[in-house]
Amino acid sequence: MSEMPKPKEVLSGLDHRPPRKGWMDTPVDIRKGMYCYAANPKSVEYLGLPHAREWNPLDDDWKLPENWQEILHKGFKERLDRFRSIKVFMDICVRCGACADKCHFFIGTGDPKNMPVLRAELLRSIYRNDFTLSGKIFGKLSGSRKMTVEVLKEWWYYLFQCSECRRCSVFCPYGIDTAEITIFGRELLNLLGLNIDWIATPVANCYRTGNHLGIQPHAFKDMLDFFVEDLEEMVGVKVEPSFNKKGADILFITPSGDVFADPGTYTAMGYMLLFHYLKERYGFDITWSTYASEGGNFGFFTSHETMKRLNSKMYAEAKRLGVKWILGGECGHMWRVIHQYMETMNGPTDFLEEPVNPITGTKFENARSTKMVHIAEFLADLIKHDKLELDKSRNDHLKVTFHDSCNPARGMGLFEEPRYVIRNVCNHFYDMPANTIREQTFCCGSGSGLNAGEDMELRLTGALPRANAVKYVHEKFGVNMLACVCAIDRAALPTMTEYWVPEVDVTGLSELVANALIVPGQHDRTTDLRGEDLPGREEEEDGE
Amino acid sequence: MPLEKILETYKNAILKRWFEAVAQTYPAETARFLQGQQDPFANPVGGATRTSLEGIFDQLAGDLAVDMDIEAIAAHLDPVIRIRAVQSFSPSAAVGFVFFLKKILKEELGQESRGRSELLNRLDARIDDTALVAFNIYMKCREKVFQLQSNEMRNRTFSAFQRAGLVRDVPEDDPDKNNPIE
Repeated sequence: MSEMPKPKEVLSGLDHRPPRKGWMDTPVDIRKGMYCYAANPKSVEYLGLPHAREWNPLDDDWKLPENWQEILHKGFKERLDRFRSIKVFMDICVRCGACADKCHFFIGTGDPKNMPVLRAELLRSIYRNDFTLSGKIFGKLSGSRKMTVEVLKEWWYYLFQCSECRRCSVFCPYGIDTAEITIFGRELLNLLGLNIDWIATPVANCYRTGNHLGIQPHAFKDMLDFFVEDLEEMVGVKVEPSFNKKGADILFITPSGDVFADPGTYTAMGYMLLFHYLKERYGFDITWSTYASEGGNFGFFTSHETMKRLNSKMYAEAKRLGVKWILGGECGHMWRVIHQYMETMNGPTDFLEEPVNPITGTKFENARSTKMVHIAEFLADLIKHDKLELDKSRNDHLKVTFHDSCNPARGMGLFEEPRYVIRNVCNHFYDMPANTIREQTFCCGSGSGLNAGEDMELRLTGALPRANAVKYVHEKFGVNMLACVCAIDRAALPTMTEYWVPEVDVTGLSELVANALIVPGQHDRTTDLRGEDLPGREEEEDGE
Repeated sequence: MPLEKILETYKNAILKRWFEAVAQTYPAETARFLQGQQDPFANPVGGATRTSLEGIFDQLAGDLAVDMDIEAIAAHLDPVIRIRAVQSFSPSAAVGFVFFLKKILKEELGQESRGRSELLNRLDARIDDTALVAFNIYMKCREKVFQLQSNEMRNRTFSAFQRAGLVRDVPEDDPDKNNPIE
């Protein structure tokens, strides 16, 4: 009862117009449903990151270290010297507003501080005050302000309302990458122990066991063994995945979400069936690693150093096993890390070969530096050379659309390959409107470590622009399946569709391929990999 | 002229003001965006709100001699309430925009409303009913949010138990046969 408002309080809240104040004079209001819980101090400690402690975002006192302003100032300065891009991004914005209405969190929440320009301005205002002469002389007139606890709270609240999707940067005439500003801001917050638990604990797990969920090698293998049984029942063939096999042709790395979270598990079954097929048909030897058992990298959302530490296992394991190159599964930010950072961070990769598909002879020249090939490219290449036997009519009950996951799309330009694959395994494919796909794709709303449960309103509002486009193709073409190539999408989008457009389900690309794949020795397949009856097929069987 | 006809004449002016008033429930910068960007995919909140308000208005202003179609009203309310239920509005602010229409109608109709108090009262009652339907939808949306939260939590926990081999399915045959109670 203590939380019950008094009648007067209720009535005073009935003004429908929000106060008209400038953004600097609008204090941050940390609302439940919009933020993630604070990092568990044990996880922060495990990583050796500073200022591990219990704290609560709703408390007035965040138990900051006494010299927190000095720590931040020093951290800011160090990074301005270290990252030329950050220095440039702090200086060159002319506030043209091109990015302002491009962020899914702004569009969905309606909160102006989620306009990318304003989110960056939260940091720039401090930059001007601390590092520019004009800021020091003209103060607020030049858009500068002093660092206070309130400003710090505002940083924390809004830097964890950015999914680092980079849609805004597509529209910036100066090429300012607001995701990098968020990455930089979160790094500064980590200097004060201000991470969220949905990031910190998976990172600690990953550092210890190789994957975000903390799955130990035997459990990882057990899980794939369950899939072997399921596949035997549904397809009629016994697949034999290999683990940690020295001398295999290829090492396969995918997010652990595919192994442990539905509907990603069906994507994992899809990989397994595909690898079995390639082994049977072409003697192509692909191995899984129970140590490099995570492609995702939440370290990327913590700091550059943490990202590097988590990612190092990929090359270390490839070297240990002596494989030729690495094949990567369906993941989002994993590919941004691989494509833009991995070789620089953890290279050189002179122990690996430039990836060539031995079945088709195709050289994956774009992967010359990283030695890691995306499964969508690999599949597209196999299909293009007619190396997969497919019965696309098995996906005839599906009307499919494709959600370009932000990082593979904007981070590495993967637009055509997934669509090519879908068109070759499904008869009914419909793209969403042009300003919601490819390089303009809208985020799922849960990226960059924000797919927790406690920030559900943030996730649902952030997903609204994506859901709105899905709803459109559902109503116009009867689309009932949303395909994607990202494990966070597969975990987050089913919740999103259930709220906004419940008639649409979510699938990975490899699941669609495996459902269409004609595997040597398979029985009459009457279900898909989910064990759901394929319309028409069951009846035929009954009639026989 | 029957009131329904008059309402049709004033429809565009009324809808314009109503949409502006709803946009004003957001901060100033957001209100400008909601009103300015016409592409429904770039501006789904503005687009859905505009479409919803028009649908609601058409139902409200329909034949005043018969009962209002509550299901149709609910279908038009759903998209806009579904959005406002997860934005930073208090419950009253999320659904209160329905009442804006009362003031707008009075001001827009002005002289035209003279001598039609009975019909106007009926219209007023329809607006009240619409607000109540809006509240029902709001509550359903909020319940859905909590259900989604608990489902995610349940699925994660349950799957973990299941994969650790701690869950046993109920056998398909008669339980008493295997475990007879003496």
